[in-house]
Parts: sequence; C-alpha cells; structure tokens
Amino acid sequence: MIQDYFRLGFNNLRRRKLRSWLTMIGIFIGIAAVVSLISLGQGLQTAVTAQFATLSTDKLTIQNAGTGMGPPGSTAVEKLNDDDLKLIENTVGVELVIPRLLRMVKLEYNNAAKFTFATSVLEDKEKADLGYDALAIKTKEGRLIYSGDSGKVVLGQDLVKKSVFDKEVKVGKTIKIQGQEFEVAGILKKSGNFQVNGIVLLMEEDLKNILEIGDEWDLIVAQVEEPKEIKEVAEKIKRNLRRDRDLGEDDDDDFSVETPLEAVGAVTDIINSVNIVVVGIALISLIVGGIGIANTMYTSVIERKKEIGTMKAIGAKNSDVLSIFLIESGLLGLVGGIIGVLIGVGLSFGAASAANSALGIRIISVEVNFLLIISAILFSFLIGIFAGLIPSVQASKLRPVDALRG
Amino acid sequence: MVERKKKTNNEIIRLKNVAKWYKAGDEIVKAVDGVDIVINKGDFVAIVGPSGSGKSTAMNLVGALDIATKGDIFLDNINIEKLHESDLAQIRGRKIGFVFQTFNLIPTLTALENVTLPMIFQRVPYEERVARAKELLTKVGLDHRLTHLPNMLSGGERQRVAVARALANDPEVILADEPTGNLDTKRGEEVAQMFNKLSDEGKTIILVTHDMYVAKHADRIYKLKDGKIENKSGRK
Repeated sequence: MIQDYFRLGFNNLRRRKLRSWLTMIGIFIGIAAVVSLISLGQGLQTAVTAQFATLSTDKLTIQNAGTGMGPPGSTAVEKLNDDDLKLIENTVGVELVIPRLLRMVKLEYNNAAKFTFATSVLEDKEKADLGYDALAIKTKEGRLIYSGDSGKVVLGQDLVKKSVFDKEVKVGKTIKIQGQEFEVAGILKKSGNFQVNGIVLLMEEDLKNILEIGDEWDLIVAQVEEPKEIKEVAEKIKRNLRRDRDLGEDDDDDFSVETPLEAVGAVTDIINSVNIVVVGIALISLIVGGIGIANTMYTSVIERKKEIGTMKAIGAKNSDVLSIFLIESGLLGLVGGIIGVLIGVGLSFGAASAANSALGIRIISVEVNFLLIISAILFSFLIGIFAGLIPSVQASKLRPVDALRG
Repeated sequence: MVERKKKTNNEIIRLKNVAKWYKAGDEIVKAVDGVDIVINKGDFVAIVGPSGSGKSTAMNLVGALDIATKGDIFLDNINIEKLHESDLAQIRGRKIGFVFQTFNLIPTLTALENVTLPMIFQRVPYEERVARAKELLTKVGLDHRLTHLPNMLSGGERQRVAVARALANDPEVILADEPTGNLDTKRGEEVAQMFNKLSDEGKTIILVTHDMYVAKHADRIYKLKDGKIENKSGRK
C-alpha cells in the first residue's frame, strides 16, 4: 500500500524531472552545507585539540601582544626580555620559568633550502627537559641535545624526509642553518602537533648567535606550583607586568598570559561560532528549500486537479489522496537530502585534503558522523512533508466533481 | 442485432425526484430538475440530450461524484445522498466503473499500472491485482501494450485501457460519460460494441452521449432536456 504510493510519487517526480531538480536544489545546498561543515568542524576541533594535547595544565604561556596567531616574535614590536623573565620567575606561585625563542630559519642540505621554525634549548638540564616535556618531544633516532651540545641540532620528522631535500637527512650528517654548519644529533618521532614535526632544535646560544639576537625571548612558559591556582597566578603575572611597564588603567595589555585551556578554548570558540553562523545560513537555505517544495506542490495540485478527480472517481478516499501527495513532497525532501549528504561528504573530504596538502601534513581529518547523516536525511524528508502539508490537504479535500472539471 | 436475455426485475439504481440546482450569480440554474429513473441490473441505458441538458450532472449524481440538492438516489438499495465522502469513495471504487470522454488515465502510469490503480485503493494484494489487470487488458485486446504509457497509445487504445480500468474491481455499474466523444466513428463504434459485450455479460451500463448512433446501442434511451426527462424510448 504505502510502497505503491512511494512508487506513484517517484513516478511523478521523474515525469517532471527539471522541476523536481530545481525544487530540490534548495534542500541539497542546505543539507550539503550542514553536513560538510559539521564534518569538517569536528575534524578541525579534533586537530586543534591534538595540537594542544601536548600542553599540560600547570603551565602558563606569556607572549608579547601582537604576536597573535602569526609566528611568535615575527610581528611583536617589543620583545620579552630577561627582566620580564625575572619578574615572572619572582611572581608568587611560579615554580619555574622556561624562556623560548621561536624563529624562522633557513635550512640548507643537499643544495636545497627550506624555511622552518627553530626553537631554543636551555643550558640548564632541568629546564631543557621541561621544555622537551612541554612539547612531548621524543627522539626516533639519535638523541636530544643538552648543555655542551653546541653545534648540534635535532630535527623534526618532516624535515628529514627525502621529499624535502631530495635526499633523506640522517643522524651524523651536517646541515646548514643560516649558512652555518650543524651536525644532526637526533631526529624526532612523529608528533600529533604539526609544528613539532617541522621544528629545528638548537642550543640557546647557537640560535642567538646565528640570528644575532640579544636579550630577548619570544615566549616564556611559566610552570606554576599549584595547577589549581593557575588562574590566580596568571592574574598576578599580569599585574606585575602591567606595573613594570607603567600601564595606566585605560591602557590595554601589551602582552598576553594564556593558560593552555584558554588557548584551546579560544580556537574552539572560533570554530563553534563559525559553525553556528554556517548552520544558521544552512537552515535559512533549508527553509527556502521547503518553501520551494511547497510552491511546487501547490502548482502540482492545480495542474493535476483532473488526476485527483479521476483518482477519487475510481475509489481513492481523501486520506489516499493526502498520503499520495504528502509522500510525493516528502520524497522531494528525501531525495534532495540524500544528494545533499553525498555532496556534503564529498565537499568535506575535498576541503580537508586541499587543506592538508596545502599544509603538507595530514592534520585535518573529516569525521563523518553517521547520526548526523541519518538525521540530515530524516530532517529533509520531514521538511518535504511539512512543506507539502497544506497543498496535500487542499488536494485531498477537492470535491470529485469539481476536480474532474480540471 | 441479437436479442438479449436479461433479468429486469431487480433494480440497482433508483432516482427519486432528484434535482441539482446551481447558483450562477443571482440566477439559479436547474441543471437537473425532478428526475425519476429506475434502472435494473443488467440494463444498458443511454441518456441523451443537447449540451447543457443536464445529462452529465445526472451522471455525476448517479456516480456519487456530486450531491443532489434534493431527492434521493439509491444504489443497490443504499441511499447514497446520506453517506459520508469516505463511504462514497468506497462505493465509487467497488460498485461503479467510470469511463470518461477524455479517458482520464494517469499519465505517469503504464497501461497496466493504470488498471491496477483502482485495486490499490481497495487494498487488493499486488499479485492478484497485476494478474487481474493483465486479464482485463487482454480482454480489451491490449495485452501487447501493458508497459506503454498513455501518451504512447492511440485514442482508441486509451479508451480501451480506461474500460479495463473501469472493470478492475468488477463493479456492477459502468458509467460512461461521452466515451466516444474524442474518438473517430470507427473507434467510437468499437468502444460502443465493447459496452454491448459487457452488457451481455450482465453489467449495468449507463451511457451518456449526445450521439444518437452510439445511443442506439443501448436498450433504453432517456432524453433529457432542461434538466427533465422528455421521453423514454426502447431500442428496437
């Protein structure tokens, strides 16, 4: 019975191919947008969380304002310096401070060059280890560098591949950084954090020498004594820095003190707000799509008056006519939804692979949520039925003799 | 013509002082105005009259497609004027088979599917209705056109599909409204003879036409003029 109505509805949609497709466009744009953006958003969120997973909850990151999302140190007008370092170190609740330089350097090997980030390793063994721990750094080959390892470097996983310098870089080989030769002491294990995979580790003095840097730091990591008090300590550091820099009440901070969770939260907030906007737009598209279906069904009822009259004459009850028309408009939504899901999944895979190849690393993975797909399809079917409700009721209530006149 | 043997003593349709009035602006149009007709099972009756005489309105009333302004219509001893729309739909589906001037086939359905449609509304199981539809299409000589859509069929073929559809639920009464109106003389004659054959098989047939040649296939002819029956003549 019901499958007969589905077949009838499907036949009718096929007969008016062009109109059916045009009607469904609204639905599949909406559904495709929802599915692709939610899938990508989830993938992005996972990627972001993985980036920050290496950071522990007892460390604060202090940077100068202006460094923002760009490479630290690249845009800041005023760098952090040893005074700042001391100030932070002496703040109540701070157990240890690890200053870090993070700069773009030129790598040369096998007559090829590549630009990447280099970061500094401190002379103090304890601090060096903490620095390694903070980034969850482990070697795959060779060893990490410590005090006395001047002239040696450790390379991230992505830098040693044959594809980078047309020749694999191995432990013991010599590589040029900013024109100076360094021996490769170790190669890092692949990390979930893509910055770590492309990093060069040098001793603090070496990095300062090759880049001719004086008393400055790009960021300072402060480890707190009590993780529970991390927010209070952050406030104290802020207060100290503001006082030290003579900032008035109306002046904005020219630095930032971030807890790792805040950093994750900030990115997640951005992703969420983008998601909300996009889902909002998609919903509008779905509403427009629904109106399109309603419009098509109205036209259909007017065009097929005689058909409705005939069906009633050969024994169709009002409820039969209602079901036939409702199923037809539901099908418009359903088919639109299925195509929308396919387009959406395709789009998100396309966008993810484009982003990954642009970044040169598989960082964004598409997470296709089965529940999302099922509910998207079901939702579009319901939109179709809802949009077709009034036209279908109208069709079912036509008097047979009037309908037959066409 | 061969003399037909018929039982004429059991009535199937009775119109008792039936009237259908319309309001057209300030004027009241009396399309059907006090008609009394009794039709027995197996009768082949033609209703003739010029256009506007009320013959189609009368047929719509008998076919439960419309409701009379006054009077009673009995179909198989049930007063259909007192029934609800869903019961009327059941009666139309089971007891009456319609044949229209413009065939009224569903354009998206094949000949076979068109014939099965009335059985879908009566919840006949799939295998049964397909078998029945094939049998009926074979009967009207269209067993080679089962999967054709209406627009692939000639006018005569379409009307034969429509006749097969009218027979789908084995109704007692066939109501045909100008069934030959859109056909040439030859095809019209074929369709008319098909009604004779159905009449021979015991179906009650009411044929509305303005064409006296077609009407002469019937056993009795009612002439309608201005909504009233003018006279009744038997076919001799």
